[in-house]
Amino acid sequence: MDLFANLALGFSTSLSFTNLAYCFVGVFLGTAVGVLPGLGVPATVAMLLPATFVLPPVSALIMLAGIFYGAQYGGSTTSILVNLPGETSSVITALDGHQMARQGKAGRALATSAIGSFFAGTVCTLLMAMFAPPLGAMALEFGPAEYFSLMVLGLVASIVLASGSILHALGMVVIGLLLGLVGTDVNSGAQRFALGISELIDGINFVVIAMGMFGLGEIAANLQNADTRELTVKKVTGLWPDREDWKRIWAPILRGTALGSVLGLLPGGGAALASFGAYALEKKVSKNRAQFGKGAIEGVAAPEAANNAGAQMSFVPMLTLGIPANPVMALMIGAMVIQGIQPGPGVITEQPALFWGVVVSMWTGNVILLVLNLPLIGLWVKMISVPYHFLYPMILVFCAIGVFSLSNATFDVHLMVLFGLVGYVFKKLDCEPAPMLLGFILGPMMEEYLRRALLLSMGDPMTLVNSPLSAILLAIAAILLVLVLLPAFGKTREEAFQEN
Amino acid sequence: MQLRAAGPKDVWAGLIYIAFGGGVFWATLSYRLGTAGRMGPGYFPRVLALILVTIGVISLVRGFIVRGTPVGEMAWKPLATISLSAALFGLLLERAGLMVALAALVLVSASASKEFRWDPKALVGLVGLIAFCVLAFVKGLGVPLPILGSWLEPLAVMAPWLR
Repeated sequence: MDLFANLALGFSTSLSFTNLAYCFVGVFLGTAVGVLPGLGVPATVAMLLPATFVLPPVSALIMLAGIFYGAQYGGSTTSILVNLPGETSSVITALDGHQMARQGKAGRALATSAIGSFFAGTVCTLLMAMFAPPLGAMALEFGPAEYFSLMVLGLVASIVLASGSILHALGMVVIGLLLGLVGTDVNSGAQRFALGISELIDGINFVVIAMGMFGLGEIAANLQNADTRELTVKKVTGLWPDREDWKRIWAPILRGTALGSVLGLLPGGGAALASFGAYALEKKVSKNRAQFGKGAIEGVAAPEAANNAGAQMSFVPMLTLGIPANPVMALMIGAMVIQGIQPGPGVITEQPALFWGVVVSMWTGNVILLVLNLPLIGLWVKMISVPYHFLYPMILVFCAIGVFSLSNATFDVHLMVLFGLVGYVFKKLDCEPAPMLLGFILGPMMEEYLRRALLLSMGDPMTLVNSPLSAILLAIAAILLVLVLLPAFGKTREEAFQEN
Repeated sequence: MQLRAAGPKDVWAGLIYIAFGGGVFWATLSYRLGTAGRMGPGYFPRVLALILVTIGVISLVRGFIVRGTPVGEMAWKPLATISLSAALFGLLLERAGLMVALAALVLVSASASKEFRWDPKALVGLVGLIAFCVLAFVKGLGVPLPILGSWLEPLAVMAPWLR
């Protein structure tokens, strides 16, 4: 079977000394980001992107991926120890994890979270290895019409499955699509929306937008709602779960992994939705449901397995179809483009070492996290108490230098400031920046596919529904939009995002 | 800036969409439109602009009908201070050099926090951070950041390694 040859290629790539080192750096930084207050994953990935341009593409993607799933581990540490989740995906873990910590069982909660995440990571690496190649092969048959429809579906699904107002998410997507068109039009060579500024001729760099909206904008918001973090647990002891614990956690971990890997595949799904779903499911099926919210170990095991599964599976649409499921995946697509790799179904066949290296690195990364996290807990505890007023000027320094280094232009620094202001205002109006970034990345590709599709059909828009596959994709997108506008379904969606 | 509408957030967002969409539409008037079969550079953006204006109108109308939450208090001061600090970095970098630009960035941005005060320990931290950035980014990664800038260039005679 090809699977083993592919996995062997993946292992030989990801276990090379350089790649292993970058994997380590990635998961270490990721955990730190998850633990540190007020620093999100998209902002960190954006900050580090310029530094990865000098690396070979495989190492760059391995490191960036490590930041993403490493943050899931770090986020849960904060949830358990201080009741202030580091990442949205670990909000739910705080419910029972923090109660366990108050009862003196912080060590067991942390270990359960690490074991659950590791198990989910292992299963998902195998799932990716089995299902990504057929998915990619299918997508290779796609024509421009199918591709355009797939992107529409990806954008719509990411709107429906994310939290927040549908109307504003749509508005932000369109703004993102438009911003993506700034610069020279590839087909005609005409300059669009460059406003006579020479720095805009090559378009806006996506890192500038991400750093402005996720970095600067968030700092201003964080300074406004300054929260104090107090460690309830000063010393963590008793790391290993006992027999009784094992009996209680194995089934929730399995269920969490299963649910997380399905939800992670959906655009806009990813880690947060997976952990909320898994907790809700456990609350329904668990024998100990009475204990939920009061320190039930099942309430840590299931969502932690699910958020890691969800985080990892959200790489599948990005690597096989070139469709980003969340802002971090959008940044990774941008990184691939800068590295000279055309994202899409061709990646698996044209860059097998890259694809399999990244997939297998997620497993090695999970091993590193399991080994690294528990012994280093003392360091993470120290990081949790880093005051934000020391941290944010440093974030600004790295943002400013990172943005300048993109094309050695101070213009980009000022553009970042502009996007920071815009991002803050939008956030205040409940317009999320994430859909805008997805639209920005997909904008030029969507225009190109639509152009080609309509060129082939001589301007007949019916071509988008004449191909059965394209019609099905558009129909699903339409059904999703209609469903979410129905009051009953909309209510369920709201509830799913505000458990308790 | 409090609007007397049921949903001020929707109203403001709607106005922004309409203004942005309208501006884009106006800009596309000078681009060749082409036909659906042979799209010119103006086609796709003009369609998007129309969609955006439509979304804006829906949001505006909804804002006057459906009750929503008021716009929360704007943190103008921290926002302005943070933005100013980053803009100062951009302005000073090529003129006064990386070291001065970094000091301005850190000091101005830090003043946005309530915890800000002149503390010798924090100043040592600042010097350390600047030294780290010079060594890591300029000497290590080779990012072409001017350490001294055009204003301080004469100083390089005394310390050529700063060039």
